[in-house]
Amino acid sequence: MELYLYIALFSPLVGALFAGLFGASPKTLLTGVVNSSLLFASFLSSAVLLGYVLNGQTVHVEMMQWIAAGNLYIPFGFVVDQVSVTMMMVVTTVSTVVHVYSIGYMDHDKGFNRFFSYLSAFVFSMMVLVMSDNFAGLFIGWEGVGLCSWLLIGFWYHKESATWAANEAFIMNRIADLGMLIGIFLVYWNTGSLQYDKAFAVMPTLDNITLMYIGVFLFIGAMGKSAQFPLHTWLADAMEGPTPVSALIHAATMVTAGVYLVVRANPLYHMIPEMGLFIASLGAFVAMFAATMALVNRDMKRIIAYSTLSQLGYMFVAAGLGAYWVALFHLMAHAFFKALLFLGAGNVMHAMDGELDPFKMGGLRKSMKWTFIMMTLASVALAGIYPLAGFFSKDAILEVGFVEHHYVIYTVLLLTAGMTAFYSFRLVALIFHGEERYKVFGFHPHEAYKFVLIAMSPLAILAVIAGSFKSTYFDMVTKILPNTEYHIHSEVTEWTMIIGTQLFVILAIFFAYKKYINFKGENKEFEKRLVYKVLINQYYIPYFYEEYITKPYRELSTVFWKKVDMKVVDATVDCIANGIYKAGENTRDMQNGNLSSMLRWMVAGTVILLSLAVAFGLAVRYADEISAVLSGLGA
Amino acid sequence: MEIGLTHYLVLSTVLFSIGLLGVMRRKNLLMLFFATEILLNAVNVGFAAISHYYNDLTGQMFAFFIIAIAASEVAVGLGLLIAWYKRHGNINLDAMSSMRG
Repeated sequence: MELYLYIALFSPLVGALFAGLFGASPKTLLTGVVNSSLLFASFLSSAVLLGYVLNGQTVHVEMMQWIAAGNLYIPFGFVVDQVSVTMMMVVTTVSTVVHVYSIGYMDHDKGFNRFFSYLSAFVFSMMVLVMSDNFAGLFIGWEGVGLCSWLLIGFWYHKESATWAANEAFIMNRIADLGMLIGIFLVYWNTGSLQYDKAFAVMPTLDNITLMYIGVFLFIGAMGKSAQFPLHTWLADAMEGPTPVSALIHAATMVTAGVYLVVRANPLYHMIPEMGLFIASLGAFVAMFAATMALVNRDMKRIIAYSTLSQLGYMFVAAGLGAYWVALFHLMAHAFFKALLFLGAGNVMHAMDGELDPFKMGGLRKSMKWTFIMMTLASVALAGIYPLAGFFSKDAILEVGFVEHHYVIYTVLLLTAGMTAFYSFRLVALIFHGEERYKVFGFHPHEAYKFVLIAMSPLAILAVIAGSFKSTYFDMVTKILPNTEYHIHSEVTEWTMIIGTQLFVILAIFFAYKKYINFKGENKEFEKRLVYKVLINQYYIPYFYEEYITKPYRELSTVFWKKVDMKVVDATVDCIANGIYKAGENTRDMQNGNLSSMLRWMVAGTVILLSLAVAFGLAVRYADEISAVLSGLGA
Repeated sequence: MEIGLTHYLVLSTVLFSIGLLGVMRRKNLLMLFFATEILLNAVNVGFAAISHYYNDLTGQMFAFFIIAIAASEVAVGLGLLIAWYKRHGNINLDAMSSMRG
């Protein structure tokens, strides 16, 4: 089994290095094919491991020692257990699909090979993140995905907006990673180990305050990676990257790392339920907050990005309330349909020559039949309609909220479910139905390549059937996660809730269709309203950050640059250099080659040496007296 | 007043100072040689006086050595001086600047 583990882990790395060899050369189809095959190998190995884990066994290897100093011992250890194998399956499935898809999507791009190198490197980092058996390895993967995310958001580096977005994502994540690092230090400081099993075994003996600090700092890291409020602004801006990147990194895998961390640290969060409640409340808030922004946005990819944010909020609600398996299940289901939605959006973007405004599209279902079907499927799954994947996972989260008696959270999530349905079908209606508004702009839409559509089909199938894995999945993953089942006791209440939710969601869908299917032009009246302005400007949060954090910081930096750096640091350095320079200038006359002046210097040297000799001789002779005087001074 | 060791040493010091001044101030190479001779002989006076004072002949022996060394130095030095004069027509120290860095 170790062999499969290593194949699953390292074949993306091999792919990244291979494609990196051709990084600077023009497109070679070879890299795309080789990398996709390596990813497929990784997927197959993960599937074998999944079968192994389903039999109730786990794999734990220690590849080699990494840091061993004093009491600190950190190996490169990898573990395949019920939680990590879930993540591995999600990561390898989505990334294999995205790799094949990218062969088509990046067809005409100059950086084709470079793209594949980055993409495979990302998958490798993500695998390290989920497979590591200790916090240090997790952190390496954590930073690795951050780096690859930066590289890929800024992939089209000639675009100012792309580099800006890449830097924003990178800096925001660094801020959060500092919290994460402090959390890891605290874990080591208090438990003496970074291995999950050892650290979590010691934690029950620690006092509550310490656990709280560890929980808070680790969660700050999770907030950054999973773009939770107030560190959420980078995710929407990250849509500057190529669409496959958005599908893989900013929807299916990397942004869910925060959820994975909370699930992984479930013994810790189990002991601090107050923190759990905070996580759940923040999750519910973000779910609604992001959904409201998605309602009015006019950028196809941003709408889906806000939707991702909102669904991450759902996951955190489940994780915060202790329903770790539900969180992980929603993570998995969400990865499938959200990646599908993004890839569909990528097809539409290609057809529309990179246009992102759905108001300029419409009626595309005729020319893009398959994309239309897949995006509709994904949207239905996202909205949570029975019997697609979203129903099983999202409904479970709602039930968790209800059963745990957090009715406020439940209500917020229910309303958000309605909004989710509305904005998803607003998008579908605007893109695929109604008049063909794009004709005015002279677009000639065409369906994507056939192999691209075939590559997307596994995701479409999974988005439909993933819900049926629920009981198998529950049996597997609850071997290491708390196996709380969330059942509402009265059957009447349960059925009322399920049917009520379904009806509410379907109504929201119909409302969206009714409003946007015969969309003619923008509603100027509505756009003047305050609500619209607040939402389209993302609650003015980016503006606030720009005005009150970035600009003051910039001014402060300018002051420090001009006052401190130029006038103190630089001046000191210049002063030393000038001093030496002037000393050289002034003493060069000593070496003028004139015999007479050399003789004078020689005499001067002799006099100095002689006086020194006399002085030392006297000092030695009167040593006792001198030391007596000196000790008198000291006393 | 009896002439004692102190007088000899003072004489030696005065001579040495004169020689040192000469080495520092003179620009004529020949005068420089004279100054170095004064320096060496100032030391010789000191050696001879202290040798006599301690009744130890080693000092006087050193004085003879120094005289011999001074003679050979002057012989080599004067040879070089004459050679220099033949080539350049002067023996001014300031003009000897081919070693200028």
